[in-house]
Amino acid sequence: MLADKDRIFTNIYGFQDWRLAGALARGQWNGTKAIIEKGHDWIINEIKNSGLRGRGGAGFPTGLKWSFMPKADPRPSYLVVNADESEPGSCKDREIMRHDPHHLIEGCLIAAFAMRARTCFIYVRGEFIREREHLQAAVDEAYAAKLIGKNNVHGWDLDIVVHHGAGAYICGEETALLESLEGKKGQPRLKPPFPANSGLYGSPTTVNNVESIAVVPEILRRGATWFAGLGKPNNTGTKLFQISGHVERPCVVEEEMGIPLRELLEKHAGGVRGGWGNLLTVIPGGSSMPCISEADCQTLTMDFDALSKLKSGLGTAAVIVMDKSTDIIKAFARIAYFYKHESCGQCTPCREGVAWQWRILERMAKGQAEKREIDLLFDVTKQIEGHTICAFGEGAVWPVQGFLRNFRNVIEERIDQRIASETRQAAE
Amino acid sequence: MAVRRLHPDQPKSFAFTPENLAWAKATMAKYPPGKQASAVIPVLWRAQEQEGWCTEPAIRAVADLLGMAYIRVYEIATFYTMFQLVPVGKKAHIQVCGTTPCMLRGSDAIIEACQSRIHHDQHHLSADGAFSWEEVECIGCCANAPVVQIGKDTWEDLTPASFGKVLDGFAADNPPKPGPQHGRTASAPEGTPTTLTGMLKR
Repeated sequence: MLADKDRIFTNIYGFQDWRLAGALARGQWNGTKAIIEKGHDWIINEIKNSGLRGRGGAGFPTGLKWSFMPKADPRPSYLVVNADESEPGSCKDREIMRHDPHHLIEGCLIAAFAMRARTCFIYVRGEFIREREHLQAAVDEAYAAKLIGKNNVHGWDLDIVVHHGAGAYICGEETALLESLEGKKGQPRLKPPFPANSGLYGSPTTVNNVESIAVVPEILRRGATWFAGLGKPNNTGTKLFQISGHVERPCVVEEEMGIPLRELLEKHAGGVRGGWGNLLTVIPGGSSMPCISEADCQTLTMDFDALSKLKSGLGTAAVIVMDKSTDIIKAFARIAYFYKHESCGQCTPCREGVAWQWRILERMAKGQAEKREIDLLFDVTKQIEGHTICAFGEGAVWPVQGFLRNFRNVIEERIDQRIASETRQAAE
Repeated sequence: MAVRRLHPDQPKSFAFTPENLAWAKATMAKYPPGKQASAVIPVLWRAQEQEGWCTEPAIRAVADLLGMAYIRVYEIATFYTMFQLVPVGKKAHIQVCGTTPCMLRGSDAIIEACQSRIHHDQHHLSADGAFSWEEVECIGCCANAPVVQIGKDTWEDLTPASFGKVLDGFAADNPPKPGPQHGRTASAPEGTPTTLTGMLKR
């Protein structure tokens, strides 16, 4: 288990003061000026060496992403922080913003300096109203203490604007987020051009997840080797895991990357409801990631590479646990409904296809489908995947594909039961 | 996609209060010159807070203020589901999360309670006009499921009984403290924390 001294988010539950005084007591904003004085390239290299991979779901190396920003460009550069945390199962950025916001603000200053940005926008999902109030209060404190803003003590002028959305999952997609930030509907843009070349207001922009930015100051204070020494090669550092569903004590907890699933659940969440043997399946990284069979759960470790080997992914490390009492078809029909509701409507395969998915799954949940429709449903998912502007299409069909891979027999049994009961009624 | 249309009965006019207008102008100034359209969500949100719901005259007023075409703000109001296009309960509009992590922890029972105590269908006012409810998609409190959001706050770790107390509280203008209703702190595991025990002392 990760030792408390190696935890970055030491106030994740809000036991202590979240304001600047508390943050300073916990060692934040310590030596920030010395870090900045080491220069743009040193910071980017150190983040590359730490092995930090983006915490928003895709796991792209953060340092590499930063290095794509132009070094001399007449246009202003922007840092945009994605705090539109909406993936079902995910609830970590919320805890950072309401209980440890100065991690994020200090990270914004350092990241913006590394990418030569003078303005940073933090896009908070509309529902997180109290979280946004805390974050705004912390930003105001940082301005007042001259930690950020014009002529601040760190020698790099930076303005931070806390912005918010109003309830659209798709705005977590980086180009949809930029559209929304420009005052439009959140419909994703075609790439290329990538945001590093033409992002917010047509200027070079990098979009990073809250957790990716919030861990940066501690990595630089303690050194890349410290962070790289935690976890596994290519899957380094610590991670906020969010455990929901059928466990005894659901929680958010910071742990080492690569922790075995069973250890994670049993140490921190009191284990699966009814014991480990009662486990049916887990969704390991938020609702877009395919579920993992009970057999694979036995030895599963929680990191990017182990999960991609199982045709799933770590995503945001939001672990949704389902025990044997779950109506598994209904659970996935509800996930399909979520995607049907949240499709932005721009691409036809997604707008129409995810609604088909949901309708077929609803009938399957009642046994009112035909067995040939199982393959038809799989085919529908394949018609969506890869045929849309953004990755929402993949995120919407992967859970259904994983469900079909693992639970085909349950769908067939339910159809058989329905046919048997109809035959019985006809005979009576 | 969700199909969302404006309500057939609209008020005649809308005007920001002087305080809200000043706030809107300060918000517009946060964005680069000429990019005031960026402020559309916060400003329309403030209009909704003033009126209780998002009315058609408010959409026009926000468009005029920001120099945007009416259709562009109409698109915003219909695209983003937190804009309430029909009137909501005077005392509370209950947003119940029904997405899978909440469903696994019993959100169906919370929805049934809304149906029996408020109205069978979502987006309809209760008989006394005090309450309304809707099922929303994941509100990002999954480790504290099931959850409802009312106004700016969330009530978490609900059971039908504790949710009943939340409704009673709003009816009596004295709602229980927001957050987990089981007595735990935020998203720490219930009982003794498994980590950060040194941080417990203030």
